[in-house]
Amino acid sequence: MVRLSELPTEDLLAPGHRLCAGCGAAMIAKMTLKAVRGPTVVVSSTGCIEVATTIYPYTSWRTSWVHVAFENAAAVAAGIESAYKALTKKGSWDKRVDVIALCGDGGTFDIGIQALSGALERGHDFLYICYDNEAYMNTGIQRSGATPHGASTTTSPAGTKVPGKPEWKKDLAGICAAHGIDYVATASPAYWNDYITKVRKGIEVNGPAVIHVLSPCPLGWRHDPSESVKMARLAVQTRYFPVYEIEKGKYRLNINPKPLPVDEFLKPQGRFRHLFRPEFMKEVEEIQGWVDENWNRITKLCETG
Amino acid sequence: MTKVMGLTGDEAVAQAAKQSNVDVVAAYPITPQTIIVERFSEYVHNGEVDTEFVCVESEHSAMSACIGASLTGARVFTATSSQGLALMHEMMYIASGLRLPIVMAVANRALSAPINIHGDHSDMMGSRDCGWVQVYAENVQEAYDWTIQSFKIAEDHDVLLPVSVNLDGFILTHSTEDVGTLEDEEVAKFLPPRKPLYDIDPEKPVSVGALCLPDYYFEFKRQQAEAMKNIPRAMRRVNTEYEALTGRKYGALDALEMEDAEAGILCLGSTAGTARFVAKELRERGKRVGVVKLWLYRPFPTKEIVDAIKGLRALVVLDRACSFGAPYGAVCSDIVSALSQSGAKLNVLNGIYGLGGRDITPSDIEAIFNEALRIAETGIVEEPVKFIGVRE
Repeated sequence: MVRLSELPTEDLLAPGHRLCAGCGAAMIAKMTLKAVRGPTVVVSSTGCIEVATTIYPYTSWRTSWVHVAFENAAAVAAGIESAYKALTKKGSWDKRVDVIALCGDGGTFDIGIQALSGALERGHDFLYICYDNEAYMNTGIQRSGATPHGASTTTSPAGTKVPGKPEWKKDLAGICAAHGIDYVATASPAYWNDYITKVRKGIEVNGPAVIHVLSPCPLGWRHDPSESVKMARLAVQTRYFPVYEIEKGKYRLNINPKPLPVDEFLKPQGRFRHLFRPEFMKEVEEIQGWVDENWNRITKLCETG
Repeated sequence: MTKVMGLTGDEAVAQAAKQSNVDVVAAYPITPQTIIVERFSEYVHNGEVDTEFVCVESEHSAMSACIGASLTGARVFTATSSQGLALMHEMMYIASGLRLPIVMAVANRALSAPINIHGDHSDMMGSRDCGWVQVYAENVQEAYDWTIQSFKIAEDHDVLLPVSVNLDGFILTHSTEDVGTLEDEEVAKFLPPRKPLYDIDPEKPVSVGALCLPDYYFEFKRQQAEAMKNIPRAMRRVNTEYEALTGRKYGALDALEMEDAEAGILCLGSTAGTARFVAKELRERGKRVGVVKLWLYRPFPTKEIVDAIKGLRALVVLDRACSFGAPYGAVCSDIVSALSQSGAKLNVLNGIYGLGGRDITPSDIEAIFNEALRIAETGIVEEPVKFIGVRE
């Protein structure tokens, strides 16, 4: 685990970007760049980070940064990694360059999952980070494969008949781990040293690594911008978002909180407010059931190692 | 020193890419392009090249990986066809918009539905506004020659645009011809390693692919249009140097028997060979006919074309793709625009032919020439667009 005093004082993400106040992705990007070990190219898919950090002719990036499109950050990263490999082999390049993809949940869980799966299967040496704010926040809060059950978004609104998103969140870490890669982790920006340690680990792994990090979004989750870190912490404390890592197939639980009821995470967020209406209260129970089941599943995997 | 090898179109392209010392190939199999990536994989696994071959999971990722690779300053090649090209469509605009000199062989093939694996130009015609340079090969030799030349044109600092080398599916991709190939050292001398104008070296950090709002986007596109204008000059330089090396002359177009021709055919790709064969026969029978073969379709060589055809009294433009609902096929629309722009008056008939690999025979071409001669004589074009060789 890193210590604050060990972190570089230099910020590779310059202030003045246009991400929202309280944006989890901004914290995540900043912390990610604290963990780099040398020359690094960051690839972003289309999304909040992309539109808010590089409005031409300005950029917040003090390292090389590439955006190509929405669904292909993993393929672009694969191309960059392969090219440096080829140039190094031919003797026309002599620097080690780390490649990090930093993408939202839409670009990862949904439209980008094919490119991600392909890149993981081929074994490119890169780190893929999904900052998961649990919906298409950049286009105005539409549901994604990462949106949790019951959340109200503009395409899964809290209606009179259907209380938000009927479906459940995909298990991204499990999907990535199923590729047999050496390193997969989940993280929360509330636990900064855990996250930064994992980023560095992911960079140092030879081959692909994936980190799934929860990214509170005051706009889409509808909580006060000052409470983003609190939300990121409550997600872990309620066991809504278990923090663990999978190294060479071995699961390890990194944070084992004394559990709070999931209500504590849901209640302060506007996107879940409708669930506390009498007619939809059973949804909260169902979510608690999902949380418990998911926690048991993961902790069992951690016990068996 | 020319070494003659018996190669199919696909093999010739693979051979050319190998000799061009590409750093990265990212590709996905699709008929009739697949042999290109198969051969290239053999080169990699037999240690004949030190290229990184990225065997991606789709054509969309193929072009995405090519874009990433090209950004580092590497020389990048890919190949595709038909549905694969259609799947790449989104990425093609980004490759040209980021000014990346990627070279792609396109084994031209029909688009679904109904599914069909045979040759026509629907795939590339659907990509004609993507900002890619398009050259078309008539035969296997040309496919080899254009592949090598295309890297040099694409990487020219006045150009920096992606180039597609088009070869007719099956007709060229799967036909074996004698191909005059260059020695590796000759290609290496003609085509030294790429010198990028910009790259993404993190020690000189750059941001690529930023968001450009209405205050800047238009200027980027204007510069892209300007880069297209620089192609003819860059291409002439490359063609001249290549001719000195091989004795084979290339340009924007090839005009045959056009000096005193009354009636002509203009086409792309392998059909030009058939048209030339028929034109020679008709010439022997005293008919003044000629053929214009377009090597370069994008950018459209307006002036050269008008100069080549303005003396005619009738022209048939052959399109191997249908532009549904448009007044003409894509090539013919451009020809009519070019004529209009220049003020030249010429009777034009558009022939849509060969879709889904439907054969076009010498007798079909002879009938087209006879129709053109009739128009030259009467000045009457009865119907501006004719479907040739189809059951109606």
